[in-house]
Amino acid sequence: MSQPRSWRGKAGRTMETQERRWIGRDLKRREDPALVTGKARFTNDVSLPGMLHAAVLRSPHAHARILSIDADAARELPGVHAVLTGRDALELIDPVPCFAAEPVEERAIAVEKVRYNGEAVVAVAADSRYVAEDALGRVRVEWETLEPVADAEAAMEPGAPLVHENLDSNVVYDQTFTFGDVEGDFARADRVIRRRLRWPRAAPAPMEPSGAVCAYDSAAGRMDVWSNTNMLNFVAWTIAGTLKMPPHRVNFHPMYTGGSFGSKHVLGKQVAIAGALSKATGRPVKFMEDRADNLMANDSQGPERVYDAELAVTDEGDLLSLRLHTVDDYGAYFMFAITGNTNMMAQISGPYTISSVETGIKAVLTNKNQQTVFRGAGSDVGNWVLERLVDAAANELGLDGIELRRKNFIQPDQFPYKIPTGNVYDSGNYPAVLELALGHADLDHWRAEQERARAEGRYIGIGIATAQQRSTYFSTEFWFHNPAPATGLTTSPESVRIGIGPTGGLTVTMFSPFWGNSPETVVSQVVAEEFGVDPEEVAVDYDSTMHGLPSAGPGGSRMTVMLSGAVRGAAAKVKKKMFDIAAHLLEASPDDLELADGRVWVKGFPVEERSLSIADIGMKAYWHKLELPEGMEGGLEGSYTYDHPYASMPSDDRTDLGAFYPIMGHACHVAVVEVDAETGRVEFLKYLAAHDVGTVVNPRSLQGQIRGGIAQGIGIALYEEVRYGPEGENLSASLDEYLLPGAPDVPRVEVLHHETPSPFTEYGVKGGGEGGRMVAPPAVTRAVEDALSPLGVKIGALPITPEKILTLTQGREA
Amino acid sequence: MHQEDIVIVTLKVNGVERPLAVEPRRLLCDALREDLGLTGTNLGCEQGVCGSCTVLVDGESVRSCLMFAVQAGGCEITTVEGLASGETLHPLQAAFWEKQALQCGFCTPGFLMAGVELLRRNPEPDEAGVRAALAGNTCRCTGYEHIVDAVLAAADGAARERTFAEEPEVDVAAEVVAREGR
Repeated sequence: MSQPRSWRGKAGRTMETQERRWIGRDLKRREDPALVTGKARFTNDVSLPGMLHAAVLRSPHAHARILSIDADAARELPGVHAVLTGRDALELIDPVPCFAAEPVEERAIAVEKVRYNGEAVVAVAADSRYVAEDALGRVRVEWETLEPVADAEAAMEPGAPLVHENLDSNVVYDQTFTFGDVEGDFARADRVIRRRLRWPRAAPAPMEPSGAVCAYDSAAGRMDVWSNTNMLNFVAWTIAGTLKMPPHRVNFHPMYTGGSFGSKHVLGKQVAIAGALSKATGRPVKFMEDRADNLMANDSQGPERVYDAELAVTDEGDLLSLRLHTVDDYGAYFMFAITGNTNMMAQISGPYTISSVETGIKAVLTNKNQQTVFRGAGSDVGNWVLERLVDAAANELGLDGIELRRKNFIQPDQFPYKIPTGNVYDSGNYPAVLELALGHADLDHWRAEQERARAEGRYIGIGIATAQQRSTYFSTEFWFHNPAPATGLTTSPESVRIGIGPTGGLTVTMFSPFWGNSPETVVSQVVAEEFGVDPEEVAVDYDSTMHGLPSAGPGGSRMTVMLSGAVRGAAAKVKKKMFDIAAHLLEASPDDLELADGRVWVKGFPVEERSLSIADIGMKAYWHKLELPEGMEGGLEGSYTYDHPYASMPSDDRTDLGAFYPIMGHACHVAVVEVDAETGRVEFLKYLAAHDVGTVVNPRSLQGQIRGGIAQGIGIALYEEVRYGPEGENLSASLDEYLLPGAPDVPRVEVLHHETPSPFTEYGVKGGGEGGRMVAPPAVTRAVEDALSPLGVKIGALPITPEKILTLTQGREA
Repeated sequence: MHQEDIVIVTLKVNGVERPLAVEPRRLLCDALREDLGLTGTNLGCEQGVCGSCTVLVDGESVRSCLMFAVQAGGCEITTVEGLASGETLHPLQAAFWEKQALQCGFCTPGFLMAGVELLRRNPEPDEAGVRAALAGNTCRCTGYEHIVDAVLAAADGAARERTFAEEPEVDVAAEVVAREGR
């Protein structure tokens, strides 16, 4: 790759990258025609001959022992083919995959006791979902209710009921990490900024719930699975274990996925329910969550954390050290261990030159549906906490928040930059992103508006956040929190296969599914770049796990980076063979050849007769063995497994976690709001987002991700919260109660790009899928706080609902 | 299920009469998706909240998870499959593609049907009008901006087409005379 160069492009886009032909083009998505016509096939659209439909009886209690289950009346109902209690299912399925070291066992259908309101107790397969639900109504369960552990505080009390009796405490993980000289930095600080901050439990709630169709073939000893699970080539072998099947005899078919946001990484439970019922009946079985299933039991709720947060600063505004201690409510199980807390260690000190960090994590089990990951995966929380502290520091020091940030930014010449935890930031230009945003923010105008409004008794506020958006995780993240020598997994691959047919047609095969982003568009653009063809000529397909190559799938903003790398690797293999064939036919050296405009040319001889088209070469490769170089294998294809481009091991003592999330994006958001002190409504007057995620592959696709992410960030800032009552009852099991932002609630977002290519990835691409949601919450929070600052309001908890605003405003006034 | 529970009902779906034998409790969405194979209509909540399953019944938008199939007997039903003519996308579908008004696409059929209804009732809506009309549909991916832009673009395109179609034939000579006479 040639040296990046700097130039200022058209307004709203600055870059330090080189121009390319297809990468960076604002192309329409090739995924869309099937989706706008209703032809795309989602999991619930799968219909197989003889297929049965499943429904699940869910626990009405948060914590209760199952004394007995009488399912005879359900079994007798015509059209019912199988009724499985947890005990019945023991023969058919093992516990669902759990990636934690701690012994927290979860079963798809509860066996002895239930640990949250909504846990599965009985599963039925019947001729229709209607009959299956009728059958559930005929099941009688005898319960012994147990005292529920309804929140983390109660769970930590001595003598609290245990969620899992095999553990001696509900505190399943308790560890403090220290990176650098925290004590020394706090000692030499002029001041310590202290805040108690609460982040609410939230739910990804994609519009498509999770589910699976399983078809067990006992004669062939094989199970076929059609499920919207995202990481099928990474974790399907663990789900095969749950199904008590050899992994190579379970075939997961990649499905179009109607949004995930972290909620569909594994889906062991959903597959296990359909799989157990298919084994029991010998027929294909579909289990699709309905919305109540999804909101009560999807296993994808986000962090619910209380932080005691401290920032050591000097009077001049130098940010020295960060000390964070959190209690995090993990719910009833522990599938991904403390991933959400390790994740944020990738960027815990933000874009700032903070030189030491202490982070203490208490993970607590309670009687709620478990926490796994939701877009941002904990780094959303980290950004909010850090930016809250920076805003508080500006207030307490009497400094301007923008100046304080500018003063503490890591500078462009300091990259690659190692932060205290050991993670490395590859590249960045934070001052440039800030200037880009400020250049479009018109702050003078909004400050004048704010003054005018205040004179009229109205409340306008401005919020600015400058924060990180890590991308492209490495798998050490999954285990480095365990106090053991560094022996965990060290791969996070993504593969593609590129084939060229005899007529020159290019086909790319992916092994991770469509999950709502633009994998087909991205891959065809990169292939077009590599081969000099039109992206529309490239065919793109997906393949199932039986034909799969190592692929970790979407998660942690990795796919554009990883697919670009995989395509480039596979293209190099195919081009090598093309050049070998062409060199033989053109009687030239392969080194003297080049590929341009879909033809292989002899360098310096732009003569068509001395060149070969891709189709010419494809035809020879498939049909003219005797014209190929001697001994060459026929056909023309190449596959490539791309792995993380820059990662390192953690130290055994974990004072250095190694590089595990080094492809580092950055963003600056500016939000201007008006808060109605009478109704508590927050209205957006302006929203601006400047992002740097390296080389932009497809602007409109990226902008869609940013705007959609911001809507989710606004959601958690103002509306969204999974709520449980004092008995552990789920109070937000419908979309009427779990409020998602609607069209009138989300503002237009002016999106600006700065491009600082990554030196580590192909084409300099960084991931941008989570940044909107990771950066919006602190900007919105600050905007509301700034609006209400005449009332002395400080905001330390989300969501800032109208009720909370009224409490804050009227409480002060009263 | 007893035979006497079955009701014969005829739905006119996307212009074609489709007789069905259904239980009275069968939801319209299930009749469309499972009995007629029209799986473009997606089920997002089955609680009547998210709008993903929106179809048009006699031109009015309806959440097909809240209506029984038997209630739709004799009605004209339009689903997302009925919007395009052959391989030509409906102008609103084309606008959704052009503006990338979707990401995962799961809620899209519902938004398209709500948008079609809006543009029939109000061919020239403003942005606030579009946002209000789409308030009954939830999208988790896009942040709505591109959807709003697509509806406005489709309205704009239709308005231009109407102007073109309705423009009276101009008597060039008369116009010139009129101007010169001023």
